[in-house]
This record gives sequence, C-alpha cells and structure tokens, in this order.
Amino acid sequence: MNDSIIKTIAVAFSVCLVCSLVVSSSAVSLRDLQKENKLNDRRLKVLQVANIYDPSISISEQFSQLESKYIDFESGRIFNEYQNFNIEEYDQIVATKDPNLSTSVPASEDIAIIKNRENVGKIYILRDDINKIEKLILPIRGYGLWGTLYGYIAVENDFNTVSGIEFYEHKETPGLGAEVDNPKWKSSWKGKKIYNNNEVALEVIKGKVESSDTNGIYKIDGLSGATLTSRGVTNMVAYWFSDSGYANLFRELDYES
Amino acid sequence: MSLKQYQEVIINPLIKENPITLQILGICSALAVTNNLSVTLVMCVAVTSVVSFSNLFISLIRNYIPSSIRIIVQMTIIASLVIVVDELLKAYDYETSKKLSVFVGLIITNCIVMGRAEAFAMKQKPLVSFFDGLGNGIGYSIILIGVAFIRELFGAGTLFGYEILPLVSNGGWYMGNNLLLLPPSSFIIIGLFIWLIRSLQKDQIEEDDFEVSKHSTMPDLSKRELNV
Repeated sequence: MNDSIIKTIAVAFSVCLVCSLVVSSSAVSLRDLQKENKLNDRRLKVLQVANIYDPSISISEQFSQLESKYIDFESGRIFNEYQNFNIEEYDQIVATKDPNLSTSVPASEDIAIIKNRENVGKIYILRDDINKIEKLILPIRGYGLWGTLYGYIAVENDFNTVSGIEFYEHKETPGLGAEVDNPKWKSSWKGKKIYNNNEVALEVIKGKVESSDTNGIYKIDGLSGATLTSRGVTNMVAYWFSDSGYANLFRELDYES
Repeated sequence: MSLKQYQEVIINPLIKENPITLQILGICSALAVTNNLSVTLVMCVAVTSVVSFSNLFISLIRNYIPSSIRIIVQMTIIASLVIVVDELLKAYDYETSKKLSVFVGLIITNCIVMGRAEAFAMKQKPLVSFFDGLGNGIGYSIILIGVAFIRELFGAGTLFGYEILPLVSNGGWYMGNNLLLLPPSSFIIIGLFIWLIRSLQKDQIEEDDFEVSKHSTMPDLSKRELNV
C-alpha cells in the first residue's frame, strides 16, 4: 500500500518539510553565535600577532585597545571613513570579489598569486601611553601549496622590524606546510628586518640560517619538507611589503612622524 | 525486546562486527581526520550521534516509507542531521570545526550511516535501532581513536596537543615520523588493526576467493617452507 503514487508524494513532501524546518531553524538560531566565533577567531589572531593577548580578559575588550584604520594602497594614506562601510564589519577579502572595490593584479606583479587586491585595506594600530605608534598589524595573504594562506604580520614602529606573524586560515599539509603555525617557527620572525637598501630582503630560505651569516637578519629558517609553502610565504612578504602593498603606508607614516 | 538483544546490538559492533575492520566502511574519514586526537574525538561524537539519531528517526517512520524512494528519504534525514551537527559545531566548538572543515559534511556519505539505516533501522523498532547506531558509532570511534593515538604520538610527538615526545624541531630528541602525519599512513595502521583482530578472532578470516591451480608455474606462497 505504501507504494501508491499519492502516498509516495505525500511522504516525500512531509519528510522534506520537516527536515527543512529543522535545518533552517538550527541555522537561524545559531547564526549569531557562529558570527561571533568567526569574528573572535580573527580578533584573537590579531591580538596574538601583536603579542598582547591575555586569556583572562575577554577578546572584544582587549581588541578595543587597537585602532582600526582604512588604508588606501595607492597613496598609502590612512583614514577613518570609507563609503558606507562600518570599519568593524569591512572585510577586504569580500571586497576583492567586487570589481568596484578591487583591482586585478597584473600577472607579472602577482608574485603572491592573489589575483585581485582590494583598493582599500584595513590595518590595526597599537599605540603606546603617549599615543605614539608602537606596532602596526597588517593583513597579508598569498598562495602556498594547496591554497591561499591568510594571516597577519606585526611590524615595529621603525616600519622595518617584524614583531610577529600569524596565519588564521590555510590549507597546507599537516606536519609539513602547516608548521607555519608552529610557535617556535613563528617566534623566529621576531626582530627580523624587512628592507635592505629599500628592497624587500626578508625571505624564508631553504634549510637553517647559519649563525655566521651576515645577512641572517633577513632570513627565516625554511620549513623542512615544505619548500613550496616556504616559497609562498617569501612571495607573500615580497608582495605585501612592495609598493603594491604597504610600502607607501610606511613612507606616509614616516613623513608624518 | 529482551535486554540481551540490546546488549548484543551495542557490544557486537565494537570488535566482532566492527564497521571499519570487518566491514571496511567509513575508511575515508578514518584517513582524513586522524592526525590529531582532539579533532578525532569530535568527529567520533559527530558520527556516533548522526548514526544513532538517523537510525532512530528512520526506524520511527519505517512503516510509512515507500520502498521506491526509501534511499532518498534516508539520505534526506541523514543529511539534515549532519547539517544540524555542523551548525552546532560551528557555534560551540569553532576551533575544531575549522580543522574538520568539509569532513563533517562528508558524514552524509559515510557508508556506516547509510548501511545501518538500510540494513537495520528499516526493519527494527526505534529504540533498538538507536542503540544499534550507538554501538556502531562507538565501534567506529574505537578504531579512529586508536589510529589517531598512534599517528599523533609518533607523528607529532603529542597527545591532545600536549607534548609527550619532544620533537627535534622544538629542541627535543624525538624525530617525528612525517609519514604518520599524512593520510595514507592510516591505511597501514588500519591494516595492522585488521591483522591483529583477525588473528585473535579467527572466524573473521575470509576464505580464499580462488585457489592456485596445481599445475601453476607460480609458487604457492602459502605452502612454501621457509629455508633460510
């Protein structure tokens, strides 16, 4: 009796109805929590890269001591208002998908393989007690082996010394490329210099940096077994600290101070 | 339903009729999510709850499901449960859900879930179906946790992220086995588990599909005497 056409349609319809109700209600009721998790996860990385994260205080409270600013990549100027965006919600990765808000990077310059770069980025500034810039936290991204690595790099106020690096999203091989998350490797970035004679010199090399190497200050130990990820990180640094990236911002801030 | 039957449906799938080592089902996720114990544990909970509840709901409506569309009805229920589990994970355990990424969604295609629905829940009462799902979920979990234990300990030198064997790259003495961090190593470990279980439970050993013919020029390895 179960196999009559009417019964079949009725069962299919009611199963679908009940299931869709369950799915949509769970999606809607949990959306706010999920959004907050995603935001907090991003903010946590920013706090960690700035080296000011304190697990005993809530993330949003700690995050408020950072200043969020827009930056225009062409001029290197920083500003507070951009179209109708709320700076807390502005997402430059989403902006790269909008042709009005982004520029496609010519293949010859696209060493980090990011395809489109947003016209306006978002950076975070950490100021000290006398309101002087202490650190800049800059988003970076670039292609590794399996996909794009997204992260932040923190730069000291000489705009040349790295203070920290963190990746919040990547698809690299666990144990090999995913060692970009290794705390020891990340800490090896601290104190390294980016520019040598106004050229980006910082790179992830193959093997270990010799202590006798006079240029060791520009070199990071390679990730063993992850040549392509290491190369991806080098390209990422080369792109984002070039004139297409944050170099103009550094000049602008130097000029101001 | 006698108590004994409940016991059977829970205890049998643990070793005797284990979905992974006897039925060789659900191998995909066993390869993908076992390089880290804490991630594996969340995956096990997710699969166990999906297979238990899908068995329960499918069994509840088993008498109303037209046989012509039964597979798709089962899939709809399983898929909805998986989406709910995925949403819950994203809301309450964001870190792990990020690491599991697509593999939560892929529970839909896990043959264990579908297999139990079709083989058990379509014929049995709701409660016993639920426990059958629970037993199979736990059987799946035992193997996964075993694989993850070996992979994380000897691959990364940690358990649940805590350092047990200090790695050379972190200034310790242990040289991590990188093969164990890659998915194919699970094949080897699961193979070893199957070997272990079958040498303890002889009735699991399958008969040969064919015999080497007597006039074959190939040496019959099973009858070879070792003269080393």
